[in-house]
Amino acid sequence: MATDSTFHHGDTKTAAPIIEMRDIEKHFGNVIALSGVSFDVRPGECHCLLGDNGAGKSTFIKTMSGVFKPTRGSITFDGKPLSFASPRDAMEAGIATVFQDLAMIPLMSVARNFFMGREPTKGWGPTKRFDVEKANAITMSEMKKMGINLRGPDQAVGTLSGGERQTVAIARAVYFGAKVLILDEPTSALGVRQTSNVLATIDRVRAQGVGVVFISHNVRHAMAVGDRFTVLNRGKTLGTAVRGNITSEQLQDLMAGGQELAQLESTLGGTV
Amino acid sequence: MMPTDAGSAAVDERLKAEPLMARLMKRPELGAIAGLVLVTAFFLITANPAMFTLSGILNFMAPAAQLGILAIAAALLMIGGEFDLSIGSMVAFAGMIFGACVVNLDLPLILAVPVTLVLAALIGAVNGIIVLRTGLPSFIVTLAGLFILRGLSLVGLKWLTDGSTQLRGVREAAEGDWLAPIFSGDAFTGLFGWLASLGWIETFDNGTAKVPGVPVEILWFLGLAALATWVLLRTPAGNWIFASGGDRNAAANSGVPVRNVKIALFMLTAAAAALLAVMQVLDAGSTDARRGFQKEFEAIIAAVIGGCLLTGGYGSAIGAFFGSIIFGMVVIGLTYTGFDQDWFQVFLGGMLLLAVIFNNAIRKRVTGER
Repeated sequence: MATDSTFHHGDTKTAAPIIEMRDIEKHFGNVIALSGVSFDVRPGECHCLLGDNGAGKSTFIKTMSGVFKPTRGSITFDGKPLSFASPRDAMEAGIATVFQDLAMIPLMSVARNFFMGREPTKGWGPTKRFDVEKANAITMSEMKKMGINLRGPDQAVGTLSGGERQTVAIARAVYFGAKVLILDEPTSALGVRQTSNVLATIDRVRAQGVGVVFISHNVRHAMAVGDRFTVLNRGKTLGTAVRGNITSEQLQDLMAGGQELAQLESTLGGTV
Repeated sequence: MMPTDAGSAAVDERLKAEPLMARLMKRPELGAIAGLVLVTAFFLITANPAMFTLSGILNFMAPAAQLGILAIAAALLMIGGEFDLSIGSMVAFAGMIFGACVVNLDLPLILAVPVTLVLAALIGAVNGIIVLRTGLPSFIVTLAGLFILRGLSLVGLKWLTDGSTQLRGVREAAEGDWLAPIFSGDAFTGLFGWLASLGWIETFDNGTAKVPGVPVEILWFLGLAALATWVLLRTPAGNWIFASGGDRNAAANSGVPVRNVKIALFMLTAAAAALLAVMQVLDAGSTDARRGFQKEFEAIIAAVIGGCLLTGGYGSAIGAFFGSIIFGMVVIGLTYTGFDQDWFQVFLGGMLLLAVIFNNAIRKRVTGER
């Protein structure tokens, strides 16, 4: 992908992490879903969390976004120890998660989706009403910033492509003050062009100083945009690598637990 | 406000200017308006011209309004993603409660009306809570309500009247109550009398107006349609209704209080049924266990003709308004023609089928499905 160099920029190694998770464990009864995960996100970086299916990515996202409480381990947010009581707490602190279903309603307009649950109002008492003009204007300008020209704010989300929908969801999270943006497999269902649009969006968001957590099992997409890479395998993180110090083959091997994939790769002629 | 931003963002070389027709096609109420034009044309050709005089129009608007009060509430509930099949039976049940309050307990309307509305709303809330707790389709839960409330109305009325399914004496009991004109009779009688005296509207030979006034239910109908439209399109609650019906999980994940929205909508439809019951009972002077029979289906049909999708998340209150007028026109209009009145059901079924096919096509257009 030619985008490889375009999307990478700057050096963020010096900034203090917004959120830092250390040795997180999460047990469900006798199932150990996470057994020692360390992960941090700095402002203005894209930190990729790579893992195969069943590695514990969903459990990790839910722990970070306040749905689950870790069984063991510490979470530090803006330098202070912290435990979220609910996903709402995490959202208010500035941790926004864009799940794969995107929380978008196809039949509703982009503007109505954008402000769903957080409608701007004007007037008071019985005349308090949805400020449609403001919602429309903000939606149009926010989408334009993300490089999407809408036909109009009343265009239904159902008419947007998968990549555009993803971008609307990201723009919404950023507009509502996300400091950390967790993207759950944002490119997994997209075509090549759509994927590069979403990666461009991630780059824009990163440039605004938001810390992006990009969760994926696609090493190529991660390499295209990531600043740092952490691999999750069998509920454990295997350390974090900085861009340039690791190749996609190495990441691929780490994700699959090394051995098996190396063998598979040789039989497939190195195309995995 | 960022008018410059919004203006320049709209320019994209890949997009053709959207023709007016295409924009109209996206309005959920378009089907109902087209239907209304068709039905009006049909009756202009076939019916006695008396149908479109002032008295003729009020003649079909009165039943349209009565159905419309139910249909507008049912439309909001459908947009919110749920059904209520018990509203027809609720008309009978609330009528019984109201009758008992006025006749047996001798309450004034200022107490009897709120008691009836609140009790109905509570039953609506129970419907909603059962639907949300069990996760069962509201279709089934309220189908049970349809039978339970109808049965309770029969049993209750027999108990109240020692064996009759009718409770009489409401008119006498409510006679002279200052609130009665809000719920029954005609409004603007003075105005109509004055217009008649000027000879601007039709009069009988003795000089009194042929139309004494506007039946109050028509005013309620207009008022509710306007209010429901405003809430849907111009308040956060309206956005929540669309969102709750469009995708429950997505709405909840975005912070929409889906449970409260749905329960409030169930309460609203039940209260609308109770309001209709109060009006019908005051107008008739008695309550009957058969009141509101099959009104739940007629209300849903009117809402669907008005552009509501059966799957929720899409529709309009204005559409239900026009759907109800179509309904009233067909029911009453056939008496002005030479056709057998029982064609009404055929007509209605045909309209419903057309509306559903039309709405389905519209939805695909809106969501860009191909």
